[in-house]
Amino acid sequence: MEVILSVLIGVLFASSMYLLMKKSLVRIVLGVLIMSNAVNLLIFTMGRLTRGAPPLIESNATVAAQGIANPLPQALILTAIVIGFGLFAFSLVLIYRYFKESKNLDSDKMLDAEIPYDKVAISSEKGGE
Amino acid sequence: MGNTLLIFPILLPMLTGAIALMAYKSTGAQKIISLFGTIIQLIFAGWIFSEVYSEGILVIQMGNWMAPFGITLVADLLGAVMVLISGIMGFAVAVYSMGDIDEKREKFGYYPLFHILLMGINGTFLTGDLFNMYVWFEVMLISSFALLALGNGRDQLDGAIKYVIINLFSSAVFLLAIGILYGMTGTLNMADLAEKIALVENTGLVTAVSILFMVSFGIKAAVFPLFFWLPASYHTPPIAISAIFAGMLTKVGVYVMIRMFTLIFIGDTGYTHTILLWIAGLTMVTGVLGAAAQMEVRKILSFHIISQIGYMIMGLALYTPIGIIGSVFYIVHHIIVKTNLFLIGGVASKLVGSYDLYKMGGLYRYYPWLGVLFLIPAFSLAGFPPLSGFWAKFTLMYAAVEIESWTILAVALVVGLLTLFSMTKIWANAFWAPLPDNHEANTSDFTKRISKVHLFYLVFPIVLLATLTLVIGLNPQPFYDFSMDAAQQLLSRTEYIEAVLRP
Repeated sequence: MEVILSVLIGVLFASSMYLLMKKSLVRIVLGVLIMSNAVNLLIFTMGRLTRGAPPLIESNATVAAQGIANPLPQALILTAIVIGFGLFAFSLVLIYRYFKESKNLDSDKMLDAEIPYDKVAISSEKGGE
Repeated sequence: MGNTLLIFPILLPMLTGAIALMAYKSTGAQKIISLFGTIIQLIFAGWIFSEVYSEGILVIQMGNWMAPFGITLVADLLGAVMVLISGIMGFAVAVYSMGDIDEKREKFGYYPLFHILLMGINGTFLTGDLFNMYVWFEVMLISSFALLALGNGRDQLDGAIKYVIINLFSSAVFLLAIGILYGMTGTLNMADLAEKIALVENTGLVTAVSILFMVSFGIKAAVFPLFFWLPASYHTPPIAISAIFAGMLTKVGVYVMIRMFTLIFIGDTGYTHTILLWIAGLTMVTGVLGAAAQMEVRKILSFHIISQIGYMIMGLALYTPIGIIGSVFYIVHHIIVKTNLFLIGGVASKLVGSYDLYKMGGLYRYYPWLGVLFLIPAFSLAGFPPLSGFWAKFTLMYAAVEIESWTILAVALVVGLLTLFSMTKIWANAFWAPLPDNHEANTSDFTKRISKVHLFYLVFPIVLLATLTLVIGLNPQPFYDFSMDAAQQLLSRTEYIEAVLRP
């Protein structure tokens, strides 16, 4: 099982790196999304894949019984998924706003911040495809 | 109060932000809430600092879960001084914001976001748990994203996208490194990690993970090959936002780097700290050369952040007691000076209507006091005696001489000179040169550009920070002694570990 997941994580990382190196902003954001999911799977795998009982402690005991599953990686992943989802939503909106303003999604043509303010108007013709 | 104090630097900004959000209809009320919030926060930060200084490390286990299992908040000397500095910067920038931020941004939640940003920064300084640090990073990042994009200007959105994407990547790498480290050691508590990391047999993998951390924090701190996002984005938002970013955010990266590479990853210092030394030298050189090529005030200052980060990393990389002393001193000095320079740049551009050095001029003629206020942080940044930057640089140079690391010494000296070159460039073009002939404002109009009240909001924090620079510069001994204690604590580690795990 570890081997299958390791290969899957590797494939996810490779595809996210491929997407991150693309020019289109949408693909770059998708690359970040895939990368965060790859990382989540990696944390899951690093927490050891064991079949175990639910991590619940008997009401009269102070220590859990042997052979329970490790709940911590799942708690970490849950947190990371929520954060990742929020950031993904934010970056999608950000890119949409940028597209509305500039009609441009090509990261190579993103020069708005580089030009002095009074010259921004001149460069507006070259965006978009 | 004792240990319970530690939750206040996190709780207070959150409350202030929430209350300010509830008063979203009245920007006037938001201003007052924000100002009082930062004052209370500063008082508590000072209290924590004095407690840590007199009583030793403060530790609190959240929810009363014992140390390696629950989330721990720790304030050692370095953490406490960072919280104090963040309190001072929060106050200074909150005052400045009242004169700088336009009404549209205020309506769209500038003040709540500002306080959530402070909450994330303080959380990162205080946490003793690696995953919790990731969460605080995200709190800090999401509010910085929103602050950067607030206003929806095209240049701002452009800068924000570059900033957001690289930081999301850096966070993913951080989380990746945390995951692998957890798999190897089975713990996330930093004090516990410091002990358990020595037991890991596969030292090669530990070094690999340390490099992952270095890449992630390197992006946040803007070190040599990873700094491109900073000059692409820091000049786009209003200057109050730029100033708090320039002062605090990259320094958070430096802080966690110092924390990780003095507490946890010290197994193979010959390898990791040599890489850090190279990074430090190259960061200094590229940053200062980038600044030399720019003619826009905020861009020059942005590039200088990068070159100054190199000095802080240099102290860490030398990994001698004096080197760490230098780094701690440098961070404290740098945050004050750099924030101040951004604030002054903002005032200057408000007065002449531009950040472009070609279009600026005449400031010394009409506003000689602004010239004096500029010279204090500018010369301090360049390392002129007797200002704070001189003592910071002197300590680092001494550390380099002590272990005969001549190359880095030469680099640091030359970069100091080039820093002076950039500062004189701003001085000559914006302050000394006459206003360009075709300047849109005629001079009588131009001297009355800002109302008296706004000018007070803008100048008060500048005077405050300049005074701090002078105090550190003219009376460095207590600050040096403090840095020495902080460095001692960082290098010996046992005090931190014992305080967290075996109180």
